[in-house]
Amino acid sequence: MSVAGLLRLAVIAIAVGALELLCRTGVIPSLTAIPPSAMVEGLLRILQSGKFTADIVTTLRNVAVAITAAMLAGIAFATVLQSLPAVRRIFDPLFAAYYAIPMYAFYPLLIVILGLGDLPQIAIGFLLAVVAVILNALNGLDRVPPVLLKTARVHRLGAVRTALKVRLPFAAPYIFTGFKLAVAYSFIGVIGAEFITSNRGIGYEIAFAYNNFDNRVMYPMILLVLVVVITINMSLHHWERRLLERRRRS
Amino acid sequence: MHVSLRDVTRVYPARAGQPAVHALGPVDLGLEQGEFFAVVGPSGCGKSTLLEVMAGLATPSAGECVFEGKPIGGEVPDGIGVVFQEDASFPWLSVYDNIAFGLHHAGRPGPEVSGLVEYALTFMGLRDFANAYPAQLSGGMRQRVCIARTLVLKPRLILLDEPFGALDQQTRLLMGDELLRLWRETGATILLITHAIDEATMLADRVGVMSARPGRFLETVATGWPRERDSTVVSSDSFGRLTGRIWTRLRAESLRALGHQQEAR
Repeated sequence: MSVAGLLRLAVIAIAVGALELLCRTGVIPSLTAIPPSAMVEGLLRILQSGKFTADIVTTLRNVAVAITAAMLAGIAFATVLQSLPAVRRIFDPLFAAYYAIPMYAFYPLLIVILGLGDLPQIAIGFLLAVVAVILNALNGLDRVPPVLLKTARVHRLGAVRTALKVRLPFAAPYIFTGFKLAVAYSFIGVIGAEFITSNRGIGYEIAFAYNNFDNRVMYPMILLVLVVVITINMSLHHWERRLLERRRRS
Repeated sequence: MHVSLRDVTRVYPARAGQPAVHALGPVDLGLEQGEFFAVVGPSGCGKSTLLEVMAGLATPSAGECVFEGKPIGGEVPDGIGVVFQEDASFPWLSVYDNIAFGLHHAGRPGPEVSGLVEYALTFMGLRDFANAYPAQLSGGMRQRVCIARTLVLKPRLILLDEPFGALDQQTRLLMGDELLRLWRETGATILLITHAIDEATMLADRVGVMSARPGRFLETVATGWPRERDSTVVSSDSFGRLTGRIWTRLRAESLRALGHQQEAR
């Protein structure tokens, strides 16, 4: 591990240790926070009991659906848009202003349209993620060297095969950045939406525990979200590094 | 004629406040089946435009380009292979997959693809790099990958746009030998665009000397080399005479292209 990595680990260990000490000595009251060791213990207990398994599965499934939908729709839309400059000029300012919109403000509308099931949560996750995918895919597609497109023409590839075999593979590192953002935004969208629009899922259970001063459930569930997101992020980072290593000029 | 151009002109239309650019022509050219023709000319004279028109990548503004009896227009006909000046290797594919790219898309069966790719890897000196990615190769090696990718398809007309520009002099001479060997083996017609007068003289049956923009053929010089030849022709007396003759014709045009009209007079 690098020196920076060791220092990073040390900072986290000191912060966790300090929190443990402050909670154990009563400086931080138990109604405010519980010690990290109790969070881990609580998380293991929750996972073993299976009490929240259905909620965890629901959230992870909804996040996966939101990411998949955002990736498929975002890449397809970006590919079409990139080939239609006139239409793109209409959309570009809208994309620039998109993240200024507070997406959760639309939750009543989403419930009216999509009902009380999982769809409003998935929709918010999708809506937060899809534009990040589109913008990153467009960024990559814009950078395809003209000589590669000429090569595609020399091999007599049609528009669809050129997109699938040349444009999108070239744009893959940029699309991957969009994918990483889609993962983060989908988690934010789905769990955030569960706080306000759902009666199940990790977000709902955290909100429920919070309203009932049940720190022995709330903190372990927050820890679970952190563990899942960090694990996914680290895997994606590793994957991205391997992808970029192939392309880096030696 | 295998390929013929009649009064071919290419004008890039005016846009965004820029005037129209008359890049090429009118050009008349006929290439016999199996001929090796090289084009030399000053920078920006329209050599690459000529190649794009012949490849079907650009449509002539006037005139006609015919390949094997059929007019070329707007799309690349079957049987034409092009090697570009820029690095056109696909960075996400290994050397092996880059070379096999066109074969896969032509629907060739697997055993045939691997046989052709293995052969190409050997003759291009890339055997040890089959699993490497272009980013791990030098510029010259990447260009060899692009040449191999074109040649494995056995095109009947090969258009080369300064393919050896990224190579050192020794490698250029050796690659020239390889190109001559492949040309003899395949019987393909070759049009080579190059800046290097010596390279054009060494490789070609005929060398077309182009004027400054708009590019036109000022003269076509027949080298008179036998079909069985290699880079050792550079040591012959006639090589120097031919190179000198082409440079004499080209010098004034190159000065014109550089904007030294006064000196050219």
